[in-house]
Amino acid sequence: MNALVNFGKIFKFNGGVHPPENKAQSTQRPIGQLTLPERLVLPLRQHVGNIPKVAVSVGDHVLKGQLLAEAEGMVSAAIHAPTSGTITAIADAVIPHPSGLPDHCITLAPDGQDTWIAHLPIDWRNTDRKALVASLRLSGIVGLGGATFPTQVKLRADGKSVVHTLVINAAECEPYITCDDMLMRERATDIVQGIAIAQHLLGATKVLIGIEDNKPEAIRAMQQAVTGTSMEVVVVPTLYPSGDARRLVHLLLGQEIPYNKRSTEVGIQVFNVATVLALHRYFNHGEPAISRIVSMTGNVAHPQNFEVLFGTPLAHLIHAAGGVKANTTHFIMGGPMMGFNLPDTNIPITKAANCIIAATPDLFAPPPPAMPCIRCVRCADACPVSLQPQELYWFAKSDNFEKARDYKLFDCIECGACSYVCPSDIPLVQYYRYAKSEIIAADKAKEAADLARERNEARIARIEREKLERAQKHAERAQGAKTEPKQETATPASTSAGADDAKKAAIAAAIERAKQQKLQNAQATDTDTSEQTKPAADDAKKAAIAAAIERAKAQKAAAQQAGETPKNVDSVSTKVQQKIAEIDARRQTVGPAPEPVAKVQGPPPVADDAKQAAIAAAIARAKAQKAAAEAAKSESPMKSDVDNQLKSQPKKD
Amino acid sequence: MIRSPYISDAPSVSTIMLKVLIALVPAIAVYVWVFGGGILVTLTLATITALGTEALMLKLRQRPIQPFLTDYSAVITAWLLALAIPPLTPWWLIVVGTAFAIIIAKQLYGGLGYNPFNPAMVGYAVLLISFPVLMTKWPAALQLAHTPLSFADQFHYIIFGKLPEGVLLDAVTSATPLDYLKTQLKLDHAMATIQSAPLFGTLGGKGSEYITIAYLLGGLYLWQQKIISWHLPVAFLGVLTAIASLFWMSDSAHFASPLLHLFSGASMLGAFFILTDPVSGPTTPRGKLYFAGGVAIITYLIRVYGGYPDGIAFAVIFMNICVPLIDAHTQPRVFGHEK
Repeated sequence: MNALVNFGKIFKFNGGVHPPENKAQSTQRPIGQLTLPERLVLPLRQHVGNIPKVAVSVGDHVLKGQLLAEAEGMVSAAIHAPTSGTITAIADAVIPHPSGLPDHCITLAPDGQDTWIAHLPIDWRNTDRKALVASLRLSGIVGLGGATFPTQVKLRADGKSVVHTLVINAAECEPYITCDDMLMRERATDIVQGIAIAQHLLGATKVLIGIEDNKPEAIRAMQQAVTGTSMEVVVVPTLYPSGDARRLVHLLLGQEIPYNKRSTEVGIQVFNVATVLALHRYFNHGEPAISRIVSMTGNVAHPQNFEVLFGTPLAHLIHAAGGVKANTTHFIMGGPMMGFNLPDTNIPITKAANCIIAATPDLFAPPPPAMPCIRCVRCADACPVSLQPQELYWFAKSDNFEKARDYKLFDCIECGACSYVCPSDIPLVQYYRYAKSEIIAADKAKEAADLARERNEARIARIEREKLERAQKHAERAQGAKTEPKQETATPASTSAGADDAKKAAIAAAIERAKQQKLQNAQATDTDTSEQTKPAADDAKKAAIAAAIERAKAQKAAAQQAGETPKNVDSVSTKVQQKIAEIDARRQTVGPAPEPVAKVQGPPPVADDAKQAAIAAAIARAKAQKAAAEAAKSESPMKSDVDNQLKSQPKKD
Repeated sequence: MIRSPYISDAPSVSTIMLKVLIALVPAIAVYVWVFGGGILVTLTLATITALGTEALMLKLRQRPIQPFLTDYSAVITAWLLALAIPPLTPWWLIVVGTAFAIIIAKQLYGGLGYNPFNPAMVGYAVLLISFPVLMTKWPAALQLAHTPLSFADQFHYIIFGKLPEGVLLDAVTSATPLDYLKTQLKLDHAMATIQSAPLFGTLGGKGSEYITIAYLLGGLYLWQQKIISWHLPVAFLGVLTAIASLFWMSDSAHFASPLLHLFSGASMLGAFFILTDPVSGPTTPRGKLYFAGGVAIITYLIRVYGGYPDGIAFAVIFMNICVPLIDAHTQPRVFGHEK
């Protein structure tokens, strides 16, 4: 074995798998350069976080490195022109995403000049750290290991935790992928300069560079480059998924980052090796993120790594690798363990594209039909998170999501090690993805339902409160009205010169009740119409109305006891009282309590008022219906009175 | 939609089951040498019955037949049952036992992967309770028999129920070592006298002890092939040794030695082939230790204090009931979580 491969102290995690590496194919040639493609398509969504704000328009001529879209909000990343040219479109286009759905993209037609915008290195050693991190918002740099998390967010001090250790992730554990390997072989010095910047920005005292032992040349190059620095290259055994950040931290430091914490909370920050190189390009050369190294491998004529401008169509890259060989069925982005199928070769290379594999049925045979789980627990033995995949599968399959959550489903990193070793060929990870999405959707729905319930409860409480206040007011007014009986004569009901005083009085009382109801409704909904405020302006009137309502209530209550219809006879002549008696007699024969208003062929103004009252009543009814059953239970007699009174109104109108 | 991982490297279910069958072959060879070829007849009957009933049930359940017949799980059930019951029994005994194991204990619960109990042990328990006399009539090892039966004689007896002219069944059968032990201890005979009987060999029963060694070797092969983990056999044999030692050391005249317990009865078959049924067993490492320990204790108690000479079948079935409980309470600590 290579003398360089000397595992220092390594802290193994549970499980892991060692699939055939298939890395040699793409490391035979140096990193290649591509010619300029005819067009570059730059998706706005190339990173985790907010979509950046477009800063150019169609037809604009832009220079290489010019800002095309600026970071929006805390977590976002800018996008720059990878070369000089003209913006030809800002529209939806197919992007490399598992969904296969198109997304917003900026299309750039290169002018072939490749003219740089003015750019200068930043004197990072003599500049305030905060200012440096802030300036990274303009760099467009995101994690190039595949997570594409905006780098400035990872470098920003949160004020709580102090980072003492910087871990550089150069494990590159997935089969086929060799972009980091080649980068370290060819640009180790630049990488070390980038690490120095990251270390400076974080204030880390310790730097560990973790590389799997299947990259002896990269290890050698890096060891050479770190000579004279405090950085340390640590060789880890080749075991997928040692490149997972939490697994790598454990391997190097023996420390498990708690599931609910970020690594920075325990003083550790992890950067991919290509990301720190991007930092070097930005700070030492003033160049924003416009390209990355991509492994073009699998069933192509000349598998190779290329430095690819973001937005380059996949077809261009395939062409550079000598084109596909026979039997190629589709293309996979990422590795064979966690990658996904690309919809076609028009998709652009993005910041996340570390590897493209031309797939054939020979390389990636479709899995045989799944057999039942025999609980052999090979999956549990392989799980790097020490989960029990066979239990999670069982719960996910039976939609027992709560149990799945209890068994730490959300700690699953979807590395695929369980599926890789399953004798029954069960697509375990897909069950976990399904269960996770179902749980997330259910949580969102529950959140929305909780919010709706809270609001409804608040509404019901408000209605109750208003009802109480109303009742209180009525009581007070009734008290006031009884002490001033003379005011009653001022009401239109008693002074009206209509033909039938009793009828009029009844009508007026009903209308006033309706108006009162309308007014309350208006208050409840905060609407303010002059129609309602005018009659209400008069305090005397108000008192009269209240008194009338109180009377009606009292009469109704009395009638209920005595089996009589309510009478409003306080201030009417004996003649009128006789008339009322007559009417009552008639009513007795007709049946119980058809409402007086409904019977009246009133004069036009009254009819108008009645209409208004009807409208108000309709509103009131609608409101009453909306209110829950409990509201209906405690409905005030007055309200139901109005409702009953006016139920027949629309028919008569 | 993400379909990854695109690659896999795992033996198929068929391969795993086939390796279990392969691991049983040495023991079967020794079996034939010790007891004669009759076992081959019961093995064949069991295999045919298992595949037949499995196919029938799959058809009734409208499941694909071919993939489930070629997973060989039914054959394992058949072989384990055939190896567990006496080899010189009427043909219908093994047929009834196997059919019950496959139809009731396996397929009615949902087939492969869904049976909560070890099907072979359910079949064994049913036969032991229903036909206790037949199930305790073991042939004497050939070297001990007055008139050793040829393969043809054994075949004839199994299929047609007829022994050669002038040969009585009692002349060709004898008590098993554990059975003999039990009755003799009840008669208050000392261990030393009991073990001096010709029935006993160096480790366990004369002749049958070689079969147990073959089971042990087969089990080591399975462990080496990563078909089974060490937890179940080690915990079972360890606890059995510990508890037997404890009793034996306290009163060696009335309790059998741990060696006798290890190499008699179904100890080795159980440790490597029966407890290790993944479907009906526990899944967590710690759970496996508890499960196997429980089987060992119950087995010992049945052997020493129970009504049957051996108790592995009942012990396994009882512990199968406890599996969900054991699994739920022995979940390993997840990465990044406190215990």
